[in-house]
Amino acid sequence: MNQPEIDNVPSAVRLSPLGWLRKNLFNTWYNSLLTIGCFWIFYQILRSFLSWAFTNAKWAVVQANFRLFLVGRYPISQSWRIWIIFVILAIMVGLSWGAIAHKLPSQLNLWLPWIWVIVFAIIFWLIGGGWGLTLVPTNLWNGLLLTIFTTIISIGLSFPLGVLLALGRQSTLPVVRWFSILYIEIIRGLPLIGILFMAQVMLPLVLPSEIRLDRVLRAIAGLVLFSAAYMAENVRGGLQAVPRGQVEAARSLGFNTLLILLFIVLPQALRAVIPAIVGQFIGLFKDTSLLSLFALVELTGISRSILAQPQFLGRYAEVYLFVGLIYWVFCYSMSLASRRLEKELDVGKT
Amino acid sequence: MSNNQQSNHPKLNLWRDVRFWRFAGQFLAVLIAAIVVAILWGNLNRNLQQLGIQPGFSFLNSQAAFDIGETPISYAPSDTYSRALLVGLVNSLRVMVVGIILTTIVGITAGIARLSDNWLVRKLALIYVEIFRNTPLLLQLLFWYFAVFLTLPKVENPISVLGVIRLSQNGLELPWIQFSPEFSTLLIGITLYTGAFIAEIVRGGIQSVSRGQWEAAASLGLKPGLAMRLVIFPQALRVIIPPLTSQYLNLAKNSSLAVAIGYPDIYLVASTTFNQTGRAVEVMLLIMTIYLTISLIISLVMNLFNKSVQLKER
Repeated sequence: MNQPEIDNVPSAVRLSPLGWLRKNLFNTWYNSLLTIGCFWIFYQILRSFLSWAFTNAKWAVVQANFRLFLVGRYPISQSWRIWIIFVILAIMVGLSWGAIAHKLPSQLNLWLPWIWVIVFAIIFWLIGGGWGLTLVPTNLWNGLLLTIFTTIISIGLSFPLGVLLALGRQSTLPVVRWFSILYIEIIRGLPLIGILFMAQVMLPLVLPSEIRLDRVLRAIAGLVLFSAAYMAENVRGGLQAVPRGQVEAARSLGFNTLLILLFIVLPQALRAVIPAIVGQFIGLFKDTSLLSLFALVELTGISRSILAQPQFLGRYAEVYLFVGLIYWVFCYSMSLASRRLEKELDVGKT
Repeated sequence: MSNNQQSNHPKLNLWRDVRFWRFAGQFLAVLIAAIVVAILWGNLNRNLQQLGIQPGFSFLNSQAAFDIGETPISYAPSDTYSRALLVGLVNSLRVMVVGIILTTIVGITAGIARLSDNWLVRKLALIYVEIFRNTPLLLQLLFWYFAVFLTLPKVENPISVLGVIRLSQNGLELPWIQFSPEFSTLLIGITLYTGAFIAEIVRGGIQSVSRGQWEAAASLGLKPGLAMRLVIFPQALRVIIPPLTSQYLNLAKNSSLAVAIGYPDIYLVASTTFNQTGRAVEVMLLIMTIYLTISLIISLVMNLFNKSVQLKER
């Protein structure tokens, strides 16, 4: 229990190891019992896991398929394209972090969204090919590559849509407001798997028969439709956090509604919701695993197809633990980054 | 200047009038939406005609002809599609209700453990939360099913926990009830996954109660356990319930991942129905209606509960 300790010992005093044990593990009789019980359970789990990991587990399945996990069947001769994308992304993430957290020159801040749009286009070109590069069909974009690609593209595309929906929900025009509310609430009430089903099955039906979207594009469409509704709710939180006085002040200076929105409200609102958007990014990163249920071969999908190879039959635990570790490293580091960002932006406190 | 004031001007230009623009804007929005819907609707009809499908729900009365692994209400392959869907719905509701109850227990326990003054308990709760929150639920389900449940011993010599719970390839067995491996997997998966999120919500809620409340409770002579139950937790509930509601909604929606491990919930039965009949529109509408209704019911119940714990201002 979170009992405030009212004692005269300053917290900075260093305790001896025994004193530390007494204070943190054995301060009351029920805490002692709890400690021993928890330690016993923890020890049992750890022991059986380690003995399995070093004796029964055959990690060859991970070693042999390492490349498949990361990029799947992407042609080996074209791997350099992936490396370039990796470098570009690293630079862009660094730049954005610097611009957001350390308040780099505002010029950069202004251009950053547009640079991102251009970078998206370049990445798309680098992965897919065409215009001088060898074409790589989407069914060869697999593994972690596809997971990251679909996540970034979906968040990027759902962002403008989400901002529009959030503004629509706040609009004073009843028709626009009701459209937005209806869309947001219906999408948020449905499971993602249902929306992906819709995107895979319904999209070809409602589009003219000349247009044939491939599986990856349909999946991205589903993710965007889904993500936009949640993005709208996040952005709405930011919009509500902008004090009314800001709008009134801008109006009294003679700004019109559009200018107020673009230069006064949105910059402040979006700044406030950056951590929430990172959180949504993490969620979407995990959610892309559902694409494996629609015959897409992203990280989860590729582990299922690796497990279908006869020589690796039954190696479920090894493969799923390894893939889980990849997901975990990405999500955990992003959530750490988001927490840092929250502190830097000082938006956590209200 | 005063004779130029708009409010007194008898003949206001139309495009200067904000009311006109408000009307025009909405009219435009409706028009665009109507055109988009009309185009999509036209395409849909044309495509369905090409596929030779007559829209309508009459197919629900024809024979389903597929088997369902788990039937809490009586069902045979000779029954209709509507019966099969009903079985799926019951299966879904079963997992949602039990899941919500269990995940609340797990979440509150882990949330309080995160604030324990016992170092080991605190760290174990932290490890639990960080592992389960940061990996996809689908992967966890696959892991529980293929790497854990299917490698359990045969029914003849089950693993027995405290002599009450018996685990085997046939699933989870309590003295009075037995759960199939699919049901147990789904239940364990969504319970532990959602529980990790609830733990963080509970922790945040308890931390939001001011220190003075602890001190006041202590000065009244309440022991920490009682202070938590009678003073702190009821106040924390006000902060906890709104995000808790959305976790319950997530759990209900996430139960549709049952399809990955073959538990016949409503989504699995509906998608089997789609595979057999090719009726995309009808099946999609069914899925939408059912999940939206469930979401609505959870929201309504939780809102009522929320009202009852909010501060009563007189």
